[in-house]
Amino acid sequence: MRRTLLLALAGLLVAGAAMAHEYSVGSLKIGHPWSRPTPAGAVAGGGFLTITNTGKEPDRLLSGATTAADRLEIHEMSVTDGIMRMRALPDGLAIAPGQTVKLAPGGYHIMLIGLKKPLAIGDRVPARLKFEKAGEVEVTFLVGAPPADGGGSGMEHH
Amino acid sequence: MRRAIWPLLGLCLVLGLTQTSCERSASPEKPAATAVIGGPFHLVDQDGRPFTDKDLKGKPTAIFFGFTFCPEVCPTTLADMTRWLAALGPDGDRVNVVFVSIDPTRDTPSVLKHYLGSFDPRIRGLTGTEAEIARTAREYRIYYKKVPLPGGGYTMDHTAGVFLFDRNGQFAGAIGYGGDPNRGVGPLRQLLGR
Repeated sequence: MRRTLLLALAGLLVAGAAMAHEYSVGSLKIGHPWSRPTPAGAVAGGGFLTITNTGKEPDRLLSGATTAADRLEIHEMSVTDGIMRMRALPDGLAIAPGQTVKLAPGGYHIMLIGLKKPLAIGDRVPARLKFEKAGEVEVTFLVGAPPADGGGSGMEHH
Repeated sequence: MRRAIWPLLGLCLVLGLTQTSCERSASPEKPAATAVIGGPFHLVDQDGRPFTDKDLKGKPTAIFFGFTFCPEVCPTTLADMTRWLAALGPDGDRVNVVFVSIDPTRDTPSVLKHYLGSFDPRIRGLTGTEAEIARTAREYRIYYKKVPLPGGGYTMDHTAGVFLFDRNGQFAGAIGYGGDPNRGVGPLRQLLGR
């Protein structure tokens, strides 16, 4: 029974890894970078992904760049008492050891500012992300629907 | 219901409105006083034509204040409103669905026209001078504020709800951001008497 369960779990993990697109850099795992399509003429777009710190040291997403837009910034969005606010995170986004930080609609996100052209479903947006300890990593944002668990924002502890 | 009420309460708090006007708009036994939301305005639409509060008369209205630089709330809300119009079908012609820019410096009529091309063509996009937008926002109890970005440029904080009005221009409720994308269809049908 237990063996069957383990095999099933292993199967799920393999299937999951094959379907989602993931990146590793240092002790960090980056899950499924994606973006929403943007309306015609839009100059800003959002980028979403998860970052899991499997190491023992805290790390920090510091900055990034993309050829698809003039700038890439790390922002936090909130809706409190009916007011939408968006703020850049000038010190970046901390990722504590053992923690997964979710960049998702309604919360932390990557802002692509000065889009060269609107993001369309199926587009692949290359970007380079820079972490304080893990260094730099090339990722690709897939433009389309969010991953199955992509709704909401927040943090999960592993 | 709770979802519909909270943006208003938040507005009252943020705007620091007098206690009486907040009590009035939230008080069920004084429905007439809800007329404090909405009022005269003189703006232009995405075709550069004058558009005033008089153009809203005679039809229920769903109005949303935002800006095209906005990466999430505004395109999502416009996509939601596009769904509502699709769900209403031909009845969608009997409501005003309006997007007012609170970033008129960047959102010229032609920028609005291009941007709104991605949504239902019945959505009217309105802009105007800074002063006209400020006055309209005051009338509609909309909070907005320019926030500089460290890398240059700016973003806007703003009230994120859709406000509903009946065919006589009486405030009829607010629809908060997020949740069921079809959440506006029922209230609009109700305002149409369907």
